[in-house]
Amino acid sequence: MDFKKQLKEGLLTKNPVLVQLLGMCSVLATTTSLFNGVGMGLSVTAILICSNVLISALRKVIPSQIRIAAYIVIIAGFVTVVDLLLQAYIPTLSESLGMFIPLIVVNCIILGRAEAFASKNTVVASAVDGLCQGIGYTVALVIMCVIRELLGAGTLGSGLLNGGEGYRIIAEGYPASQMVQPVGGFLTLGFVIAFFQWFNRRRNHQKKEAGGK
Amino acid sequence: MTYGQVLLGILISAVLSENFILVKFYGICPFMGVSKKIDTALGMGMAVTFVMALASAACYAVNLLLIRLELQYMQTVAFILVIASIVQVVEMFLKKMVPALYKALGIFLPLITTNCAVLGVALVNAQQEYDFLQSVINGACGGLGFTLAIVLFASVRERVDKADCPQCFRGYPLALIAAGLIALAFMGFSGLKIF
Repeated sequence: MDFKKQLKEGLLTKNPVLVQLLGMCSVLATTTSLFNGVGMGLSVTAILICSNVLISALRKVIPSQIRIAAYIVIIAGFVTVVDLLLQAYIPTLSESLGMFIPLIVVNCIILGRAEAFASKNTVVASAVDGLCQGIGYTVALVIMCVIRELLGAGTLGSGLLNGGEGYRIIAEGYPASQMVQPVGGFLTLGFVIAFFQWFNRRRNHQKKEAGGK
Repeated sequence: MTYGQVLLGILISAVLSENFILVKFYGICPFMGVSKKIDTALGMGMAVTFVMALASAACYAVNLLLIRLELQYMQTVAFILVIASIVQVVEMFLKKMVPALYKALGIFLPLITTNCAVLGVALVNAQQEYDFLQSVINGACGGLGFTLAIVLFASVRERVDKADCPQCFRGYPLALIAAGLIALAFMGFSGLKIF
């Protein structure tokens, strides 16, 4: 098992959001402030680790014909647990994420990792995979949040840093509020993915040149 | 406000001002994945509309049962199971009875189970406490809004794919930016109130 390689895959080469383009609904909808983004990222990471572990532990018991249905039930169970926990302990987060907490059930990242990784690997490897992919997802959300919140609301980390008020970078009245609306979500994700493609291509190019010498 | 006006309000808002994809962000995966050609986009849209209307009706009944048993916290689990079985039944039914339609929609059907829009509409119906007719209209019109958005997007994308742009913007980034511009157009509907 290679923790470093898996972490690198989750963060860079196989980032679930920026390279594989999975789970886009939540990425676009919840990245209006750092508080929402981090909350969503951590919830998904927790569910991903739990469902990966359970599915991997049951991988020899579940018949392959009904495996997708079984995975969905397992994932839905964990999502319900997280939903109820958030409602009880962090009601503000639960309110601002709204429908997107129950909708984690149909987040392609979780079902995708269950099918592609957890159903074929050991429990420990699956847990690590869940953690790494979850970190990759959270990092992508945080990048989106920082850009959108800064341009759209002019603040940094409202609800999370500086006693919940966040740091005001752009004076009130100047930020472009479109950035925290749907338009801004699409535009920001487009530019972030374009930057990522450029970055990955450059890295491959450099590697090839170094190998050529 | 009469009952008919309420229904009309739900209809308009589901298609335009609260469009499932461009305003609420439900169902972005098929929106990006199956929008390379207008024909396939239309097929996907029709299949989603059909399943959304059926799922709204079925989940309404299931929700009544859950409320009766005081098991509302099981909504997510119950709804996703209902949707998965509806998709399975529809697939088998079409395969047997209407093979032509099955050929056209077949490959899209399994994808619909994991479409946020279908689970989303069931949860919205339950949350807003819509009655049976309102639920079905919300489901069907939400599906029509989905079809409208995905067909518009596919027709834009067919042209955008041929555009000469920087290498790193090829494919998804440019498609996302195009989607952003469509969403900007749909923002124009945001203040729309009928009554």
